[in-house]
Amino acid sequence: MIELKNVVKKYPNGITALKGIDLTIDQGEFVYIVGASGSGKSTLIKTLYREEKVTSGIIKVNEYDLVRMKDRRVPYLRRELGVVFQDYRLLPRLTAYENVAYAMEVIEKRPEEIKSRVIEVLEMVGLKDKIRRYPSELSGGEQQRVAIARAITNKPSVLIADEPTGNLDPDTSNEIMEIIERINQQNTTVIMATHNQSIVNNYVHRVITIKHGRLVSDQEKGAYRYEA
Amino acid sequence: MKLRTMWRHIIESLRSIKRNGWMTFAAVSAVTVTLFIVGALFTIIFNVNNISKQIEKDVKVRVEIDVKTSRNKENTLRKEISKISGVKKVSFSSKKNELDKITKTYNSNFKMFSGDANPLSDVFIVETTSPSKTIKVAKEIRQLDNVKTAQYGGEQAKKLFKFMSEVQLWGTICIVILIAIALFLISNVIRLTILSRKNEIQAMRLVGATSWYIRWPFLLEGAETGILGSIIPIIVINWGYSVVYQQTVNGLMNAGYSLFTPGMFLFRIDLLLIVLAIIIGSLGSLVSMRRFLKI
Ligand SMILES: Nc1ncnc2c1ncn2[C@@H]1O[C@H](COP(=O)(O)OP(=O)(O)OP(=O)(O)O)[C@@H](O)[C@H]1O
Ligand SMILES: [Mg+2]
Repeated sequence: MIELKNVVKKYPNGITALKGIDLTIDQGEFVYIVGASGSGKSTLIKTLYREEKVTSGIIKVNEYDLVRMKDRRVPYLRRELGVVFQDYRLLPRLTAYENVAYAMEVIEKRPEEIKSRVIEVLEMVGLKDKIRRYPSELSGGEQQRVAIARAITNKPSVLIADEPTGNLDPDTSNEIMEIIERINQQNTTVIMATHNQSIVNNYVHRVITIKHGRLVSDQEKGAYRYEA
Repeated sequence: MKLRTMWRHIIESLRSIKRNGWMTFAAVSAVTVTLFIVGALFTIIFNVNNISKQIEKDVKVRVEIDVKTSRNKENTLRKEISKISGVKKVSFSSKKNELDKITKTYNSNFKMFSGDANPLSDVFIVETTSPSKTIKVAKEIRQLDNVKTAQYGGEQAKKLFKFMSEVQLWGTICIVILIAIALFLISNVIRLTILSRKNEIQAMRLVGATSWYIRWPFLLEGAETGILGSIIPIIVINWGYSVVYQQTVNGLMNAGYSLFTPGMFLFRIDLLLIVLAIIIGSLGSLVSMRRFLKI
């Protein structure tokens, strides 16, 4: 479960990107975060995996209190979260397989466990026959699949995605959405910031709209309408 | 930490040492120069201090007799010296004997001074009852006729100590400056490594690698750079000290003094250099980690 109470984020340059967000997300929910450019979507997401510390307010993710927690505990919070970005952020010198395995190696999983799990997740995102390819030898959609595989390989309870389809054409975006839907069906919470109107309308879930750092609407089976 | 993980970090750090090529070379050279000076200085200071202590403990006063003094007068002088309180024993060493000692100690070049050409004086070696008596005894002997000089160990030891404290001061200043240069170069190499691995670090942080997991390779790279820099100084100092020891052992022995024997002493110096190398290297990388690795 994720809980935010009166979360304020002021950047050192004086910009207040979040002006008091209240939000509760249950385990297994699928939540879109929409809003105009600069409204604070990415900032909200960054506070969830503690890339940014909040200025005031309360954030809790599972058993972690993100405001009070010590910096050295952050890695353990991150192991419960999978994060995906618009620009994939794969390591160019590693193959698809190695990119995913890397995420398990750096948290010291056993080699046997790594091998079977990496194959399993790459199969799940439909890349079974491209595991030896380097990112430069993959299409944008395929790179994003690798990024998703990497995000879920350690079995996080929450998948956080900041505009995961931002660089992809509609068909490819739908393929990515199918994968994310499947992950959500396995009781993984999904939090996804997006500008993509048709996705929000086709894959219907809870929609949270942010405007100038404030939460302006929260609809259970929502549609894309942040202009409102 | 798991053995497998340590192995990973070592491979990673070695790879990076190779990748940084010339920068690594510069950093290693700085460590080499630094450790060479540290090693040489420590070797000298330890030995000189040791010998000074041996000299301090010396109960002998060495009395050189005026060259033209007759045998008769020498005997009178000997009796006078024997009467001074605190004197235990007076022994005589002729100038021929003194020359022989020098010739034996160094080499035969001094042979040409033999016979009438011998520039040395006859000598009385005066043994006192305790090291603290030497000052008083030497002073009294200087008052006597036909005495050219009367020297005792404590005086020379004091001069040596003073000289060494000067050497120590300048050596320390040199070392501090060199360590600063070495630290600067190593931290620059590590900065390069951190920047070149920026994306990897980002990925590691994202999936929950601990900060120590991320730091280890950089720390190891620094330490390895230091260790590489310690190889040449260790070889040169071990070899150099053994040679110097071989060359001087007989001469010093005759004078009643000794350097530290190479085995254990060099082992300690080597250990000191390696530890220092690792500390300098790790510190250098810590400096860069603090500035460029925000975790
Ligand atoms: N690191 C930062 N330092 C200072 N200000 C920032 C920083 N990141 C974002 N901002 C500012 O905070 C506000 C919110 O930015 P944020 O990136 O959260 O918006 P967003 O909703 O994700 O926009 P977009 O849809 O374009 O991605 C903006 O005004 C932005 O300029
Ligand atoms: Mg954004």
